[in-house]
Amino acid sequence: MSFRTRQSFIELAARARARALLDAGTFRELLGPFERLKSPWLALQGIVPQADDGVVVARGRIDGAGAVVLAIEGAYQGGSIGEVSGAKIAGALELALRDCERGVRVRPVLVLETGGVRLQEANLGLASIAEIHAAIVALRRHVPVIGVVAGVVGCFGGMALAAALCSCLIVTRQARLGMNGPEVIEQEAGIAELDSGDGQEIWSLMGGEQRVATGLADVLVEDDCTSIAAAVRRAFAGGAPPRSEAIELFRARLAAIDPQQPPTPAELRALWGREVAR
Amino acid sequence: MSTAAPPLPSGRGLCWFQALSGAPGLLPDGPRTVRGADARVGTEAVRVLAVVPDAGNRFRRVRHGEVGLEEAWTLAREVRRVMAADREQRARPIIALVDVSSQAYGRCEEMLGEHLACAAAADAYASARLAGHPVIALLVGGAMSGAFLAHGYQANRILALDAPGVLVHAMSKEAAARVTRRSLEALEELGERVVPMAYDVRSFARLGLLHKLITGVDADAPAAADLERVRAELAAAIADARAGARDLSSRLSSPTARSFRAASVAVRARLAEEWDAS
Repeated sequence: MSFRTRQSFIELAARARARALLDAGTFRELLGPFERLKSPWLALQGIVPQADDGVVVARGRIDGAGAVVLAIEGAYQGGSIGEVSGAKIAGALELALRDCERGVRVRPVLVLETGGVRLQEANLGLASIAEIHAAIVALRRHVPVIGVVAGVVGCFGGMALAAALCSCLIVTRQARLGMNGPEVIEQEAGIAELDSGDGQEIWSLMGGEQRVATGLADVLVEDDCTSIAAAVRRAFAGGAPPRSEAIELFRARLAAIDPQQPPTPAELRALWGREVAR
Repeated sequence: MSTAAPPLPSGRGLCWFQALSGAPGLLPDGPRTVRGADARVGTEAVRVLAVVPDAGNRFRRVRHGEVGLEEAWTLAREVRRVMAADREQRARPIIALVDVSSQAYGRCEEMLGEHLACAAAADAYASARLAGHPVIALLVGGAMSGAFLAHGYQANRILALDAPGVLVHAMSKEAAARVTRRSLEALEELGERVVPMAYDVRSFARLGLLHKLITGVDADAPAAADLERVRAELAAAIADARAGARDLSSRLSSPTARSFRAASVAVRARLAEEWDAS
């Protein structure tokens, strides 16, 4: 083990995260903040829009090959997806697809830090998330699409589906991944269903370590820029069929579950251990 | 914080499913919540799929018509069964009949990968579309959030009945009011000012995401003439999908989309200009 200093990836903002994943000196931002493509809907509701709408689109190289990194800024509106931020992600993936169809491979990486749809842009956020799903499914046939969920926000809502559609999903112990945020479940189903204040319970259900241990994510990494960048590079060599196509496996697993007496998170690790999953 | 009362189960999905297919559509090896059968539209057979309420379902979080784990995985399997069956012949159209109140909100669902299940369904519909199956969503009731992403939002063309109760949104009105601490009246007023925030299908139609709004049809008790009308619209949408691209680009090309999704169009145009370094 070398004695290099650990550099936290989680503490970095989206722009620095994208830079950390690309080969040194190759980062080039598209539609950067100086172009001021902001949400047209937030000011109508008294919310200050941000000049990049919370998404960084960066072209560059990964191991010398052309790449695009789409990094969501969790610190702006909870990383929520509105019309502009969603179009930046979907549009970039569509261009990567166009290049791949022309025989020019582009390596796509999504850095997901998001609560899902931005509620102030509701239907346009949801529509753009559907377009992101469509682009990932089409692009994945040409090149692995790599997802990274590092933390602090985690990855929820429609963007958790985007994470699940990725060819390879890399997470840290600080990542959370799920359909519904704990607060929403508590509100909609009651505190007897889930106590969103019980951190240990939340982490045991949807934390990065649990997701990898139960085969719902692929790679567990330390919160370290070099380790995460290396995991991304290794992921492009992989070619496992996507988890979202493992229909019979998951239907059989669900059939064996009694929802009145579900397994504990620890028991689920034994039942769904990832050696079996892929 | 008060807990939500469950939504009233809607009968529209099953009503339209039976009216179109003439069958209950129970699957021999599926949950009662997912219905699938062939129906005749114009001169050809189409596969119709719906998610319906089931008061006695073993997963209690899907008893009001929500899309839960078994629903989403079963939709994925049914779509892929159609793809497999049609591999050597003309790709059958697939109709997603949409009346879904939400994804399932539950502890067990989160632990077992509700997000992955919904991703698998979206993946299947997108893959069918890319394989040349005309995928048409017909909205007859709620088209909510993650449930719509899993069941309908990957369609080539989206049709909707112009009727009260046909709603599209990222979160149910009651839940959104609780999350954003606004009254229902305030949310409705906001929807009148900010179109993507509205729930009603006429506002949704203004965003350019809908292929056609079908007016003058009784959504709750369709008469023979109503059915004929809807069959004709389905046939027209199928023909239009067959003649068009297999991606979702039609959602950005209409004059309505160019006006209300101007930012979505502009972001893509600017990204394309900057994609390759000059």
